[in-house]
Amino acid sequence: MSVLAADRIGLTLGGNRVLDDVSYAFRRGRVTALLGPNGAGKSTLLSCLAALRVPDQGAASLDGVDVQAIERRARARAIGLLPQAADVHWDIDVATLVALGRLPHRGRWGATAADDAAVARALAATDMTALAGRGVERLSGGERGRALLARVLAGEPDWLLADEPLASLDPAHQIDVLDRLRSVAAAGGGVVLVLHDLHLAARIADDAVLMRGGRVVAAGPADDVLTAPLIAETYGVAVEIGVTPAGQRFILPIGR
Amino acid sequence: MTRLNLALLVGVLLAVCLSVASGKVWVPLDAWTAVDPRSIIIVELRLPRTVMALLVGAALGLSGAVMQGYLRNPLADPGLFGVSSGAALGAVVSLYFGYAAQIWLLPTFALVGAAGTMALLALIAGRSGSLILFTLAGMILTSIAGSLTALAISLAPTPFVSSQIVTWLLGALTDRSWDDVKVALPIIVIGAGLLATTARSLDALTLGEQAARSMGVDPGRLQWVVIAGIALTVGAAVASAGVIGFVGLIVPHMVRPFAGNRPSAVLLPSALGGALLLTLADSLVRLAPTVSELRLGIAMSMLGGPFFLYLLIRMRRRLA
Repeated sequence: MSVLAADRIGLTLGGNRVLDDVSYAFRRGRVTALLGPNGAGKSTLLSCLAALRVPDQGAASLDGVDVQAIERRARARAIGLLPQAADVHWDIDVATLVALGRLPHRGRWGATAADDAAVARALAATDMTALAGRGVERLSGGERGRALLARVLAGEPDWLLADEPLASLDPAHQIDVLDRLRSVAAAGGGVVLVLHDLHLAARIADDAVLMRGGRVVAAGPADDVLTAPLIAETYGVAVEIGVTPAGQRFILPIGR
Repeated sequence: MTRLNLALLVGVLLAVCLSVASGKVWVPLDAWTAVDPRSIIIVELRLPRTVMALLVGAALGLSGAVMQGYLRNPLADPGLFGVSSGAALGAVVSLYFGYAAQIWLLPTFALVGAAGTMALLALIAGRSGSLILFTLAGMILTSIAGSLTALAISLAPTPFVSSQIVTWLLGALTDRSWDDVKVALPIIVIGAGLLATTARSLDALTLGEQAARSMGVDPGRLQWVVIAGIALTVGAAVASAGVIGFVGLIVPHMVRPFAGNRPSAVLLPSALGGALLLTLADSLVRLAPTVSELRLGIAMSMLGGPFFLYLLIRMRRRLA
C-alpha cells in the first residue's frame, strides 16, 4: 500500500512560519481535501508533497522514501501536480498540451502507442476529445482548466495533487471534474486537493485536513472533520451542515 | 524527418549552389573543376565562406529558438537580449589588446562575453519567466556592452585598431578561410548538441516552471545547459562573423506556422532556416550593385528591424 506522508514538516518563508509541525499520512484510493482559510499553508504543503519545496524540518515521503531523494523522472511518474497557475505559454493545440503529460514516460524515440492511448483516455475523461485540435488560446477558461487536468491525468500518476482544480469551472464542469477525480481514487489512485469551497469539499472528500496558520487543526475522515465546531475554529465562521433528501451532505456558511 | 525539414534542406542546398556561384566573378557550373583557374575562387574563397554562412546561420537560428522556448518569450533573440553584444564586447577587448593575431583568442573572449551576458540575464530574470523583466534586462545589458565597446573604440591605441574594431563589428563573412571554419565548426557543433538536449525541458516549460519541475525537469541543470549552449553557439557565431542581428528572432517565427508552436518542434527547422536565410543573404549582399560589398550585418539589421516592428504590432494586444 503506497503512502504519501507529511512527517513533522516545518517551513519558514520570509520570516513567516508557513508550515509548523504538519504530519499526515495520505492514503491511496481516497480523495483528501486540504482545507483552511487563505494563508493557512495548504498550497505550500502541496508543493512540499510534490517535492517543489524543501521543508526546513521534517520531510514529505513516498512509501517511506523522502520525495527529495527520488529520481526526478520516477517521481514525476508517481506524483502528478496540477499547479494553480494555469499558464500555457505557447498556443499549442489541446492534444499537444495533453501529450506533455507523457513526458516523464517518454523513451528516447518519442511517443509510443501506450502514450497515445493514455492521451486519448485523458481527453475522453475530461470531455475534451472534440476540442483536441483546438489551440489553447481559443479555449474558454473552463475548457483550459479541463485541458490542464487532462495533461496531469495523461501521466497516469499514482498520486494526483491539484491546487484549486475547480477555480475557473462552471458548476456543471465542477461536478464533472469532481466525478473524474473520484474515479481516479476509485481506481486506486491517491488524490490530494487544495479546495476553497467547503461545500464542494463535503461533496467529494473522503478525508479532510483542516489547516490554520500553518498547523493542522484536525484531520481524518471528512464526516468527522467537517463539523460545525471545527469549521468555526478553523475559518471563524458559523456553518449550517445538512443532508439533502438524496443523502448528500452540504455545508452552508451562515455568518461570522 | 518532417516535410518542413526536407523542404528547408532542399532550400539550403539551392542556397549553397547560389552562394558558391555568385560574387564579383560569376563562376559558371562547368568551371568547378580543378583544371579551370577559377576553381581556386571556389575552393579557397567561396566554399569556406558558404560553410561559415551555414554554420553561423544555423547557430543563430537555433539559439534564437532555444532562447524563445526557455524564456517563454517570442521576442527573445541573442542579438536583442544582449548576448551578441556581450560576445562582441569580448571580441573587441581581444582586438583592443591585439590578441586577435592568435586564432583561438578572439573566439575565446567572445565565448566568455556571451556566457557572461547569458548568465547575467538568467540571474536577473531567469526564474520569473516575466516577459517585461527579461526584455528590460536584455536591453540594459545590450546598452552596457555597447557603451563599453564604444569606450574601447575611443581609447584604441592606434587608428588602425579602432577601424579594425568598427569593421569587425558591422558583421560580415568576407574573406573567411578554412582556418576560420576549423575554429568555428567544433564550437558550434558542441553548442548545438547541448541545445538539442533541452528540447523536452523546453516543451515542459510551456506549462510554467512549477509544472515543468513536477514533470521531472531540473531547472538548475537546464539553466546551465542553456547558458553553455547559447554561449558556445552565439559566441562562435559572433567571433566568426561579427554581430549579425535578428536571425534568431526572425527564423523561429517564420517556421512556427509550419512546425507548430511546441518549442521542441521549432528547433531543427530554426537551425535549417537560419542556415538558409544567412547563406541566401550573404549571396545577395555580394550581388548588390554597391561600390564596396554591402556588409551582411547591416543588411540583416535592415531586414530585421522592420520585421521586429511587425511582430510587436501583431503582439500589441497580448502585451498590453
